[in-house]
Amino acid sequence: MTMLENKVTAGSDMIQYVTVVIGGQLFGLPISQVHDVFVPESVTRVPLSAPEVAGVLNLRGRIVTAINMRRRLHLPPLEEGQMMAVGIEYKHESYGLVIDTVGEVLTLPASSAEPNPSNLDKRWAEISGGVHRLDGRLMVILDVSRLLGAMFTEPMVAA
Amino acid sequence: MDDLLREFITETNESLDVVDVELVKFEQEPNNATILDNIFRLVHTIKGTCGFLGLPRLEGIAHAAETLMGKFREGAPVTQEAVSIILSSIDKIKDILAELEAAEGEEPQGDDSELIGKLEEMSAKADVAMANGGVAEEEPALAEDPAQPAETDSGPPDQSLERPLRPGEVSLDELERAFRETEIEVEIAETSVDEDAADEAIAEAAAEEQRATEKPKPEVTVERKPAAAASAESQKAEAGDKKSSGNSVSNQSIRVAVDTLEHLMTMVSELVLTRNQLLEIVRRHEDSEFKVPLQRLSNVTAELQEGVMATRMQPIGNAWQKLPRIVRDLSQDLDKPIDLEMIGADTELDRQVLEMIKDPLTHMVRNSADHGLELPEARRAAGKPEKGKITLAAYHEGGHIIIEVRDDGKGLDVEKIKAKVLERGLATEAEFDKMSDAQIHKFIFAAGFSTAAEVTSVSGRGVGMDVVRNNIELIGGTVDLRSTQGKGTSFIIKIPLTLAIVSTLIVEAGGDRFAIPQLSVVELVRVQHNSEHRIERIKDTPVLRLRNKLLPLVHMSHLLGIVDEAKAEEAFDADNGFIVVMQVGSQTFGVVVDGVFHTEEIVVKPMSTMLRNLTMFSGNTILGDGSVIMIIDPNGVASAMASHASSAVTEQAEEEAEDLSRRADTGQNAISLLLFRAGAPEPKAVPLSLVTRLEEFEVNKIERSNGRDLVQYRGALMPLVYVNEGDRHKTDGTQPMLVFSDSGRSMGLVVDEIVDIVEDRMNIEVGSERPGILGSAIVKERATEIIDLGYYLPQAFEDWFMRKEMDIQALTKKVLFVDDSAFFRNMLTPVLKAAGYDVTTCGSASQAFEMLENGAKFHAVVSDIEMPEINGFEFCESLRRDPRFRNMPILALSAMVTPASIERGRQAGFDDYVAKFDRPGLIAALKDVFSGEMGVAA
Repeated sequence: MTMLENKVTAGSDMIQYVTVVIGGQLFGLPISQVHDVFVPESVTRVPLSAPEVAGVLNLRGRIVTAINMRRRLHLPPLEEGQMMAVGIEYKHESYGLVIDTVGEVLTLPASSAEPNPSNLDKRWAEISGGVHRLDGRLMVILDVSRLLGAMFTEPMVAA
Repeated sequence: MDDLLREFITETNESLDVVDVELVKFEQEPNNATILDNIFRLVHTIKGTCGFLGLPRLEGIAHAAETLMGKFREGAPVTQEAVSIILSSIDKIKDILAELEAAEGEEPQGDDSELIGKLEEMSAKADVAMANGGVAEEEPALAEDPAQPAETDSGPPDQSLERPLRPGEVSLDELERAFRETEIEVEIAETSVDEDAADEAIAEAAAEEQRATEKPKPEVTVERKPAAAASAESQKAEAGDKKSSGNSVSNQSIRVAVDTLEHLMTMVSELVLTRNQLLEIVRRHEDSEFKVPLQRLSNVTAELQEGVMATRMQPIGNAWQKLPRIVRDLSQDLDKPIDLEMIGADTELDRQVLEMIKDPLTHMVRNSADHGLELPEARRAAGKPEKGKITLAAYHEGGHIIIEVRDDGKGLDVEKIKAKVLERGLATEAEFDKMSDAQIHKFIFAAGFSTAAEVTSVSGRGVGMDVVRNNIELIGGTVDLRSTQGKGTSFIIKIPLTLAIVSTLIVEAGGDRFAIPQLSVVELVRVQHNSEHRIERIKDTPVLRLRNKLLPLVHMSHLLGIVDEAKAEEAFDADNGFIVVMQVGSQTFGVVVDGVFHTEEIVVKPMSTMLRNLTMFSGNTILGDGSVIMIIDPNGVASAMASHASSAVTEQAEEEAEDLSRRADTGQNAISLLLFRAGAPEPKAVPLSLVTRLEEFEVNKIERSNGRDLVQYRGALMPLVYVNEGDRHKTDGTQPMLVFSDSGRSMGLVVDEIVDIVEDRMNIEVGSERPGILGSAIVKERATEIIDLGYYLPQAFEDWFMRKEMDIQALTKKVLFVDDSAFFRNMLTPVLKAAGYDVTTCGSASQAFEMLENGAKFHAVVSDIEMPEINGFEFCESLRRDPRFRNMPILALSAMVTPASIERGRQAGFDDYVAKFDRPGLIAALKDVFSGEMGVAA
């Protein structure tokens, strides 16, 4: 399927997701919220900040706050290999979600999303907007506003 | 709120500010027609636009004010009263506008009939005044005559004819309404263009109307046609005139939203940063072909930056705009004629800075008017012109702008400041001796300081100058003052031109780099183990000796919690590194960093909201090398420093706090004192608890026998004692005296006058060598002598203390008396001595330990409970632990006698617990323990 076709099929009931992998788990971010994908380099630590804040970095002249998604999801840190980051915009500010790898763009019908299973880890459930059943794997929808919003109200969450 | 309304509000607010200033000017020069025209035109525009936008309240007030001003134009005398009422209506308009803005375009409800009534009344008065004279010569000046368009020297055509309408005429308001109803497009255009264009629009509308066939009031138009046409013509002429003269500037400027400028500024900052990056890259490559074009880019960027910065610049006059009005009002409120002079109003500075200094400046001008300038009589007496003068001056100096607020008033009163400082406990008399007047003047910037004897509505609420100083310091400025008694005071404010670019010092701590604003950095000190500067420790608190002062230190990585525990300790222990000496407000401290790189000019970028809760950083920025760096907020460090220090010494602080409370329990405990005068005018005091009774005796009852004065008192003879030897009792009337009784014996201490009984802390500050006086203490803010009863009692009965079964044994008993309060030591020692004990005193438990350790032998110990460091309980407990003192009688002496404390005393090992002031009780208790001891021994 070409990009064009993708766009055409992406009607009102179809949502395009950028898939990312964090700790082996497939996640999907609505493509409308993803501004860019980049390699986080020279991240400056921000002392005293919430543990999930990986630091701040310069992305083409903009200062981006990097969020360590592994830490946000209470996963062990990545042992080795290059981390990637997804640039998103939230309330007119730039954030970078530091993830393991970026996958592809999937177009999925909104109707096929299922609610979070009731036994999902609460810390995951609070940032998940549902689950898509794909061939052989599950994709958790990342709810960006809940993901970041929670960090504003409780800046010291999961200290 | 629609754009039209927003535009209107912005424009009207601006116009109103101008009107304020102009009106004050006008009041002083009532004959200046140009000023009046200006005001009139502005108010008229406001009125007109309000009508268009359907804001009846605003329109009503503006109309009434305009009417009154119309009278002035026609020659009515300008009275202060009238100007005041116009000013207050302008204020009302402002209020309504503010509400309008807050309510998103909804005109607030309210009744302005009172104000309008006043305005109308004033207009009527003006009419009367005019009728009495001045009308005739003013008449031709009115632009009503269509045949004389050239007559419009008084500004735009007179659109509201402030006279009864002649037959066939109709008011211009109605005419305008007619216009409005005919052509809508034109009206909208009118509101959005400036008033010149507005006038033209009316003219066009008039023309339009002439062509229109169905007119709401055809007869009006027909009648008015020549006039309207003529006025339109004259307007055009007028407009042309103006364009050629002063108003040309406004046509060359456009209104740009601040956001747009801010954005532009950010983008230019980015460009500057990118250029810096490029320059750095090129620097590394010799002979790069980029060099020349980059140089060009660099120059262009610099120019662009300058240009954009210039758009943010505004004349400081904008911040002064409100001042003439404020001074005028103050001058009236305070009955002081004041002249406000403004120099250098066109000096430009950053918009942001401008906003920040507006309030401090206003406050300072208020202060000058209120406190600085004297009343006219005082000025005359001082040989100064009656009219006070406040001067505002602004000029550039280096990268700073200097603003001076100067008055020619009485200057600061050093004595008053001193008194206030003493009262507030900010400094002591001794410290003053070392200070110059200039240093003392600076106290007015201290928190909560206000020298105005009375709080006035204008100023003097004590939140003044410290807030001013804080606001100025917040933007990296300084404020200084010079004052000469009788000549005046001037405040000198020095502020940076812009806040957008900050010079910072790049330092390293814990492996990360941080930027510290240079403004708060006083100096850098290199510390090394063997150098003159080295880090010393008090307990675990690091300090630095810097020019005979101790500087508290904190390691930046500790502050920021980025300590790599093992490593940091090492680094800290090695005592090598740099100390950044920072000053924030009055707080000076040193921040230890691992390394110092260089200084860099940076553009502060706000932090992400997610990080804004971090008080330690004020922002972040991108350095020349492309990396992001956090900018340290000196204020955050200062407050963290305070809490850091406190956590390190929490225990200590707690102890100190306890000490304080203990101290408060003892020497400084509030006790009742009897104040009296005897022999000398200075007040004397004695603890009330020692006095048995206050008596007055008829002088003739005083008998003399055996060389001393006596009175018969309760069936016995009571000897009288005088405070000073050789004093006499009064010769007539009654003689007051203090009666001290003990075991049936009484003594009368003759006093001149009993002054008062007060509850106060008795803290003997100056000891006395004079017999009979323990020392001096401050009681009711007066130095008061505390008399020593122990000296007087034996004067009455030599055996006062000895008469009780004083035996030889007692004399040989050595008693150690421990009390931190000098008063009680002085008070009770004679009592104990008189009872036959050999008394040794000491001021603290540790001293007592020392004495005991050194082998001093005592038969008993009398110890105070509430003492600093080691209290009585602890003292007793540790004594009891020592086998040598296990059986020694120890008595507790306390101001606080409660069952709980007695129990506590028993547990600590005290043999008895006696209340202070209970002298007989103490003697009896001592006797008891010795007899008991002897009993045990026997």
